[in-house]
Amino acid sequence: MGFDFEYFLELFLGGLTRGSIYALIALGYTMVYGIIQLINFAHGEIYMIGAFTALIVGGLLTLMGWNQMAILVIASLAAVIYSAAYGYTVEKVAYKPLRSAPRLSALISAIGMSLFLQNYVLLAQTSKFLPFPSLIPDFKFMEPVEHIVRSSEIVIYITTAVVMALLTFLIKFTKIGKAMRATAQDRDMAMLVGVNVNRVISHTFVLGSATAALGGVLIASHIGQIDFYIGFIAGIKAFVAAVLGGIGSMPGAVLGSLVLGWTESFFTGYISSDYEDVFAFLFLVLILIFRPSGILGRADTDKV
Amino acid sequence: MLNLEEVKRSFFTCLWFMFLTFPIMVIKVDTIDETVDWRWERILWVGAGSFVLSLIWRYLIRRKELGGKEIEAGDEDTPSKFQELVRKSGFYYPILIAAGIFVLIFPQVFSMYQTNIMNTALIYVVVGLGLNIVVGLAGLLDLGYVAFYAVGAYSYALLNMHFGLNFWFALPLGGLLGFLFGIILGFPVLRLRGDYLAIVTLGFGEIIRLVLENWNAFSKGPSGIASIPRPGFFGMEFSINQSIDYMYYLMVALVIFTIFVVRRLQDSRIGRAWIALREDEIACQAMGIDKTRTKLTAFALGATWAGMAGVMFAAKTTFINPASFTIWESIIILCVVVLGGMGSIVGVICGALILILLPEYLRALSEYRMLIFGVVLVCMMVFRPGGIVSSVRRVYKFEKEDG
Repeated sequence: MGFDFEYFLELFLGGLTRGSIYALIALGYTMVYGIIQLINFAHGEIYMIGAFTALIVGGLLTLMGWNQMAILVIASLAAVIYSAAYGYTVEKVAYKPLRSAPRLSALISAIGMSLFLQNYVLLAQTSKFLPFPSLIPDFKFMEPVEHIVRSSEIVIYITTAVVMALLTFLIKFTKIGKAMRATAQDRDMAMLVGVNVNRVISHTFVLGSATAALGGVLIASHIGQIDFYIGFIAGIKAFVAAVLGGIGSMPGAVLGSLVLGWTESFFTGYISSDYEDVFAFLFLVLILIFRPSGILGRADTDKV
Repeated sequence: MLNLEEVKRSFFTCLWFMFLTFPIMVIKVDTIDETVDWRWERILWVGAGSFVLSLIWRYLIRRKELGGKEIEAGDEDTPSKFQELVRKSGFYYPILIAAGIFVLIFPQVFSMYQTNIMNTALIYVVVGLGLNIVVGLAGLLDLGYVAFYAVGAYSYALLNMHFGLNFWFALPLGGLLGFLFGIILGFPVLRLRGDYLAIVTLGFGEIIRLVLENWNAFSKGPSGIASIPRPGFFGMEFSINQSIDYMYYLMVALVIFTIFVVRRLQDSRIGRAWIALREDEIACQAMGIDKTRTKLTAFALGATWAGMAGVMFAAKTTFINPASFTIWESIIILCVVVLGGMGSIVGVICGALILILLPEYLRALSEYRMLIFGVVLVCMMVFRPGGIVSSVRRVYKFEKEDG
């Protein structure tokens, strides 16, 4: 049996797709963790809400007979805006009152929020899988390679790359980015030099939620169906990716996501697909045991 | 308590929430039938509800801030008025006796259906108390607790299926297996910091569930294992009705045993080490407490109770499948502990009874059960991190002698 290059390429690109989506979600985790040291358990739910909003808005506009490009843009925009709004609200309601409480309290509150949002969507919408309209058009020039990589995947790669570039620019070169880095380093000190820490935290949540929403829209229109539960597994996996790369580090999150995407894709492609999720969890457990600081992270020690 | 500023702010909050919930609450698109369902009345409910809730929320936050100052002014934790009343007046024993009698005659007074529900609640009391050791006393957030519960349930089901092992051997064995799994899983992960620990235990819990679901040869996969025998009593045959009553008394005995052990543990050397570890790890190590061993005992003892409760669960339902052991089950148990009060035995019992019995009796609410659990977790953390019956911290006071 020779080496099937086409199959390999397919798995490689599939892994890249997964990795890109994980990266979009993992960025939110990592940014929030970097700033308030909280595992934002509800982050996966924000992503799910993004996908649902896009589905609702997209479905509505499709029925009104708009053209596909306009629908794609408006639905994505709506998803981003609503997810950002949800992220902002979740922070204000569930995390802000617990700023000075033990970390465990905030984590439990986050779990509660996740449970709430999941069931809120379940009750307000449906528990069934919903078909998601394929918002991303098939490009003409993609036809020759369509059997290996779909148009929607190309859109996913490009969007992810653009979002990464924009975020890096934002963090490195703008005033709010500087404030975010300062807050991440030392919150009290940042406050002393006049950074409005509350606002910075809100911005972080808004940014993270918006990127997650983009991930939600893209993957939903790629796979073609969503339900209220997609956020949980995606959230956990993105968290694995963030930890793998070194939580708190943005390039780390991207790297970790890609590594996780590829390993998952090759594992399911060459070994077995039954244990796909087991594998992701096993990966998480192994990383945390052997290298809790991740690939690019720094080991941190507790200060007294 | 009402001022104009707050009403105005609540009004804006209400508008914000109406905006926020608009697409998901109001619009329902059916892409197959190509119809859109507009549910406008809902937005009004959201508006009214969020306005009222926002007012209450603001009031409670303000009260909490005031309360925080009062506690800073005084230098000790004040137990709640209710606890004070129970302790001070001679009510403690009469209440205990009354509760005891009520528990004893419960299956005679109420129907089989009620007893069955009570059995479920009592199982939650036991797992709640077990998790309370891990979360409440030792301060380790374990989100994969249900894995040990599954270990107990499956060990009874499988051993019975293959070797015909009866309930009475399975019960201690389930506990033992829980203990062993607690050590095996705990050993590598306990070096991790609190929030990582939560995620890793969650991962372990899911791994065990997924293995049970996929390893058909071992666990019969998603279809589960049926016709697990109910517990026997020296070969006596029971009707279903009797066996449920019998199960009830067994559960009560297990609960009492658990309470006894947990109480003894709490005041023991190891129990105090747990509490110290929860408060400050570094100081604790500096005082010469072996961090890993202390954490490991907490983890393994918690798992033991989950294992035993798992055997009970399998014997009660006579059918188990991996769907009973999802992460959400862990979170319900966590909810029991958090609502009742972390570290408090009475609290956990109350928490379990409230959370499990209320949705059963308020059928209309059962659809919203998980939604409410989520709200409970958030609200408890924000307003009353100690739970409804918070554990009273023992205070040693230095009394100045006169003269």
